[in-house]
Amino acid sequence: MMTMLSYEKVGLQFMAKLTFGGGIHPFDGKDLSKSIPIKEIEPKSDLVYPLSQHIGAPAKPVVSVGDRVLAGQRIAEAEGFVSAHIYSSVSGTVKSIEERRVVTGNKVMSVIIENDGLHEYVPAWPVKPLSDMTSEEIIDRIREAGIVGMGGAGFPTHVKVSVKDPSKIDYVIVNGAECEPYLTSDYRKMVEEPESLISGLKVYLKLFPYSLGIIAIEDNKPDCIKIFKALTKEEPRITVKALKTKYPQGSERQLIYAVTGRELNSKLLPADVGCVVNNVDTVNAVANAIYNGRPLLRRIVTVTGNCIKYPRNFSVPIGTLYSDLVDEAGGFKKEPVKIISGGPMMGFCMFGLDVPVTKTASALLCLSEDDVSKVEPTACINCGRCTAVCPSRLIPGNLSDHAAHFNEEAFLEEHGLECVECGCCSYVCPAKKLLTQNIKSMRKILLAKKKR
Amino acid sequence: MNGLLNVSSNPHTRSKVTTSSLMFTVVVALLPAAGFGIYHFGLNALLLMAICVASSVLFELFFELITRRKITVGDFSAVVTGLLLALNLPPSAPWWIAVVGSFFAIVVVKMLFGGLGQNFMNPALGARCFLVISFAAIMTDFSVDGVSEATPLALLKQGGSVDLISMVKGTIPGTIGETSVIALLIGACILVIFGVIDLLVPFVYIATFLICMGLFGGHGFDPYFLAAHFAGGGLVLGAFFMATDYVTRPVTKSGQFVYGLILGVLTAVLRVFGPSAEGVSFAIIISNLLVPLIDKACAPRFFGKGGARIE
Repeated sequence: MMTMLSYEKVGLQFMAKLTFGGGIHPFDGKDLSKSIPIKEIEPKSDLVYPLSQHIGAPAKPVVSVGDRVLAGQRIAEAEGFVSAHIYSSVSGTVKSIEERRVVTGNKVMSVIIENDGLHEYVPAWPVKPLSDMTSEEIIDRIREAGIVGMGGAGFPTHVKVSVKDPSKIDYVIVNGAECEPYLTSDYRKMVEEPESLISGLKVYLKLFPYSLGIIAIEDNKPDCIKIFKALTKEEPRITVKALKTKYPQGSERQLIYAVTGRELNSKLLPADVGCVVNNVDTVNAVANAIYNGRPLLRRIVTVTGNCIKYPRNFSVPIGTLYSDLVDEAGGFKKEPVKIISGGPMMGFCMFGLDVPVTKTASALLCLSEDDVSKVEPTACINCGRCTAVCPSRLIPGNLSDHAAHFNEEAFLEEHGLECVECGCCSYVCPAKKLLTQNIKSMRKILLAKKKR
Repeated sequence: MNGLLNVSSNPHTRSKVTTSSLMFTVVVALLPAAGFGIYHFGLNALLLMAICVASSVLFELFFELITRRKITVGDFSAVVTGLLLALNLPPSAPWWIAVVGSFFAIVVVKMLFGGLGQNFMNPALGARCFLVISFAAIMTDFSVDGVSEATPLALLKQGGSVDLISMVKGTIPGTIGETSVIALLIGACILVIFGVIDLLVPFVYIATFLICMGLFGGHGFDPYFLAAHFAGGGLVLGAFFMATDYVTRPVTKSGQFVYGLILGVLTAVLRVFGPSAEGVSFAIIISNLLVPLIDKACAPRFFGKGGARIE
C-alpha cells in the first residue's frame, strides 16, 4: 500500500503538466495585502444571513423574530440533500426575517440578527479522533456544519464527498492556486495555519482510501510551497504541486488538467474523472468541524483595492456587512468608482456596501478607476487573441456574435456551453468587445431552458 | 461614498492593447521599408506614399460621413492600408494610380463589405491586383528615372543571373517597399517583439514555398536559386505584413498552419508556371478567399472533448 502510493507520488510527476493551454497574466495586485496577517474582527452592526448562500434549495429558517440566539446556533435548516444549514455567527436577537440584497444584486430572504456583543457560544459538538470515525460520521459532521464550497460556487461539501464509490477517487486536490488578481486570503491562511489545511486534507484522505492528496499552489507563492513541502515530507499520501502562475489556473477543470492530465467537460463532474477538488477555506472549515466540533461561522475575506486605506485580510463572521469591513480597513482613501465582491476577473459589481458576507464571498475590491467604462467596443478585427487565451479552446469572438444574434443553434454547435466564464477573452480583446458578457447571457438563457 | 457606483459584467479589467495601438505598431514596423523605398527610389516614392495614405483615410472618412456611420479613421487601419498599397506600387507610377488604388482598397474591398473586420481580402493587395489587371503596363514598369530594368525574378525566369547581396540590401528594381529584405525583416522584428503577429504563418508560408520551389522550380534545391526566390519579389513583404493580416487569415492555429501551406504552394505554382515572375499578391488574395472554408475545417477541439468517465 505504502509503496504503491509512493510510486504514484513519483508517477504523477510525469502526468502533471502543471499548467494548461491559453490563459492570461493580468496585473495581480496581490502586493497590497499579501504581507499583512489576517485579523479577526467582530461585527458592529446587525448581521444578515441570506437563506440561499449555496447551490441547491434555500435553507428553511428555524428561528422566529424575537428569539435569542447564541453564536454557533442553527438558524436555518437545509431543505433536502443538496442544501446547507446556516448558523448564527454571533449571539443576539432575531430582529426580522425579510428580503435583503445580496452581492449578485438579487433580493434573497434573509434572517437578520441584532448582535448583542456578548459572543456567547453554544457548546462545541463532541469530537472523536479521526481514526475512530466512520465515513458516515464524517460526512454527517460536514453536513451538520453547513460547509459549502467557499471558492465561489457554494456547492454543498457533504454532497461533493458523497460519491457513489469512494474507492474510485484517485486524487483529492486542494485548490491553493488563487489565480484571481488581488486575492490573498488563501495565501495568508496557508502561510499562517498550514497544519490546519493538512489535517483537513487528512479527513478527505480518510473518506477516499485509495486517493492521493495534492496541495496545488501557483509558483508566485514560493514561501507557501516551501512550507507545505517541508510539512508533508513524511506524508506518503500528500504531495505538493507548484503550478505555473497563470489565470485561470484555479478554475476547476484547468486545475485538474494541470495536476493530473485528465480532461473534464461541462457534462462531467470532477468525481467522474476520479478527482475531488476543494478550496483552501473549505478544507479549513472541514478541519474545524471535525477536530473542533464547530460549524462554519467565519471565512477569510480580502479587503483591498487602491481605494482602501489599509488593505488586508480579515477573518469575518458570516453575515457581517461589507460596510463594516471597509471601516475595519480604515475606510476609503479615494472615492471608489467600482466596488467588486470577489476579484477583478470573475467578481460581481456591487450597488452598495449594505450587503452581507456570505459563505462564498472571497474579497471586497474597491477601485478608483473602471477599465470597462473607459473604453468603447469597436469592430472585431479577427485578431484571434480571444481564441488564443480561451482555456476551454473555444472561439469566443464567434460565440459572442452568435449570442448577439441569439443564434442558439450555432452557439451550441460551437460548444458555447463549455465556456467557464473566466473573462480572459474580454480582457485581451483589442476591440474591447464585451465577449464574456454576451456569452454569459446566452449561457444563462440556455441553461435555464435546459433545466425547465 | 456619495456617488453611484459603476456596475458591469465580469471581467472588470482590460489589457492595454487596442485596435489602434496594434495598427499604429504596424505603421511603425513599415517605416524601415518605406524609408528605404524613398532613399532608393527618390521623391516620387514619398509622393505616392503620401497620396495613398491621405486618400485612403479621406475615402474612409467620406464613406462614413455619407453613410452616416461612426467615424473610425482614428484607428490607423486606413493608414496601414494606404501605406501597404504604396509599398506595392512601382516607384514610377503616376499619382492617379495611387488614388484609384486607394479608392478600390478602401471603398470597394473594405467599406462596401462592412468596414473594418469585414473585408474578405486584404484591401491593399486587392487594390494592387485590381491595378495590375487594369493598368498592366504601368504596374509592371519598374523603370527609375526613365532607365528601364528587369526585376531579379524576371531575369531569373529568363535564365539570367542575379546579385544576391544587392537583393538583400534592396538596391534592385521592384515595387517601392518590397526590395529591401533587411528593412522588411527589421519591421517584422518590431511586429513580433510588440506581439502584433506570431511567426506561424510567415514561417509555414516561406518554408512551404522554398520546399515547393526546390521540388518543381526546375533548379532542384540549389541554395543560390532558393535564396534569390526568398529575397526577390514580394515574398518577405507579403509573408510578414500581408499574409499575417488579422482580418483575412484564419483565426485558429491549425487553420493558420493550413493557410501557410496553401500560400506557399500557390506562390510557388504562380512563380514557376504563371505568366509573370511574381506570385505573392495573387497567392495571398486567393488564399484569403479560402479562409472561411479553412476556419470551418479547422475548428479547435474544445477543452475536455476527450474527457470521459473513469470506470
